[in-house]
Amino acid sequence: MDETQLRLDGNAAAGLLQEVFVHELTSARGACASCGAVAEVGAQHLYMYPQSPGAVLRCSACASVLLVLVQGGGHLRLALPGFMWLEFREAGAQAG
Amino acid sequence: MSVFSRGFKGRRRDADTRGRLPPGQYLVRGFPVLSAGPTPRTPLAEWTFSITGEVDEPKSWTWEQFRALPSETITRDIHCVTKWSKLDTTWEGVSVDTLLAGVETAADYVMAFCDGGYTTNLPLEDLSGGKAWVAFAYDGQPLEPEHGGPARLLVPHLYFWKSAKWVRGLQLMKDDSPGFWETYGYHMYGDPWREQRYSGD
Amino acid sequence: MARAAVQRRLSWRLGEVAELIDETPRVRSVVLGVAGWPGHRAGQHVDVRLTADDGYQAQRSYSIASAPDTPERLALTVERLDDGEVSPYLVGELRVGDTLELRGPIGGYFVWDVGMGGPLLLIAGGSGICPLMAMLRHRAARGSAVPTRLLYSSRSLEDVIYRDELHRLMATGKGLEVFHTLTRVQPPEWPGYRRRIDQDMLAEVTWPPDLHPLVFVCGPTPLVESVATALVQLGHEPGRIKTERFGPTGG
Ligand SMILES: Cc1cc2nc3c(=O)[nH]c(=O)nc-3n(C[C@H](O)[C@H](O)[C@H](O)COP(=O)(O)OP(=O)(O)OC[C@H]3O[C@@H](n4cnc5c(N)ncnc54)[C@H](O)[C@@H]3O)c2cc1C
Ligand SMILES: [Zn+2]
Repeated sequence: MDETQLRLDGNAAAGLLQEVFVHELTSARGACASCGAVAEVGAQHLYMYPQSPGAVLRCSACASVLLVLVQGGGHLRLALPGFMWLEFREAGAQAG
Repeated sequence: MSVFSRGFKGRRRDADTRGRLPPGQYLVRGFPVLSAGPTPRTPLAEWTFSITGEVDEPKSWTWEQFRALPSETITRDIHCVTKWSKLDTTWEGVSVDTLLAGVETAADYVMAFCDGGYTTNLPLEDLSGGKAWVAFAYDGQPLEPEHGGPARLLVPHLYFWKSAKWVRGLQLMKDDSPGFWETYGYHMYGDPWREQRYSGD
Repeated sequence: MARAAVQRRLSWRLGEVAELIDETPRVRSVVLGVAGWPGHRAGQHVDVRLTADDGYQAQRSYSIASAPDTPERLALTVERLDDGEVSPYLVGELRVGDTLELRGPIGGYFVWDVGMGGPLLLIAGGSGICPLMAMLRHRAARGSAVPTRLLYSSRSLEDVIYRDELHRLMATGKGLEVFHTLTRVQPPEWPGYRRRIDQDMLAEVTWPPDLHPLVFVCGPTPLVESVATALVQLGHEPGRIKTERFGPTGG
């Protein structure tokens, strides 16, 4: 079995990411710093525990590492080595 | 704190292995594929293995030259940081001692580098003295790409992420520096018997 | 208020098993009562965490199969993988009254609600039907007539999850068409497809790309991989194809 059978969609990391971010990250758009491709985080390729020692989000266009999240030993380490930017949708601008 | 799940046992963690299972590990029968990225498929005609970095003279082998080096059969237990262990795995490979023979260096550390961009760091000491190999066959068959073929590092006394798949060379370094998983929070050394999984362990 | 933009940090909560429904010989639905459940959107999932009495833990994701329109109750539908760690427990061991630790709802990407319109094209393999079922149930609960097609691949007729309910939804609702393919065993005179989903089947069943359907594909990773590739080859915009890979599960 090769990696194409093991990988998931970025969406599967949403639970993990919500441990860290106050915004829902999988529906955020991000630009890959390597190739410039823009896509929702949920649409990128994901490799995740236990098939990978940590969650690795890769650009679905060029496979560059966008985000890595390793949880263990009482720590959660988040790295964002490959995003040029991330864009979150702001919640409805209710008057208030 | 979590609640217990009535009747849940999980994978067996108590098999009779006469002290061969490091703490926190369970036995697997199959050979799980671990993957953090696409599987590279470098044609053998383009494959080389190099020794670079802190060396007087870098060395390099083509696939044919590499396969002409003396090789040996190795049977060892392997331990993955994702908690599975596999006993008596049989490999064929070239000892790293053979590859480093005649190399003059002041380095104490090594960064293994691979197709696909993966890296992992190890003390030079752990790669020499019959402790590490560049393996090209598993269970009598050419190493499959998903298990790191055409060749992977085999350092069975450390957690298996140190046994870099698709390895293409060793960069010798004076100072230690983190590889891929080490950068993202895994242990710089990774001894399964001391359960050195994460950087703080 | 600015605070409305910020969601609460996800925490683990307890569900109580209210009902267990055998869907097929290998698949069971687990209906949970969850006090204070904040509600969900069709397509979202939860993470389930099991803890053995020596503290060992295992965690997996399961899609929510029930519609968002039933408060404080949610259903997961789980397929047993014989050599798996978690699914045999959920399908075989769990009893009514047991508690299950979970966090969610999770994910804002693989979701559909009636407001997003259509046409809606759903493609599932095996247990990949679960999040799509939440969409179909939500669509029915809202009386929506959004044109919707489901192409569903199963091994055999007895492996078709929600078979009766799908039939009922198609018979009673407006604008829903369901196509089945059985990949391993077919009953005599089976009118549906008899092979794995391929590009020809997709060309027959799906709307042409110029109708810009919203596409959701879910199931074992190899199926999702090949369906998504074939859809792009047929001219569908990659940006309108949303996928949920379940991992290297059989089927
Ligand atoms: C977002 C999301 C939603 C999901 N929703 C559902 C759902 O609604 N219903 C449902 O039934 N499932 C769903 N799944 C799948 C579910 O999370 C589990 O993966 C599934 O239940 C199997 O878990 P397990 O512990 O039983 O099996 P595991 O112990 O995880 O093993 C799974 C299978 O894969 C094999 N395997 C595992 N790892 C490897 C490896 N590294 N190399 C080779 N083989 C391997 C095992 O031998 C086994 O056959 C979903 C997955 C995701 C990501
Ligand atoms: Zn890219």
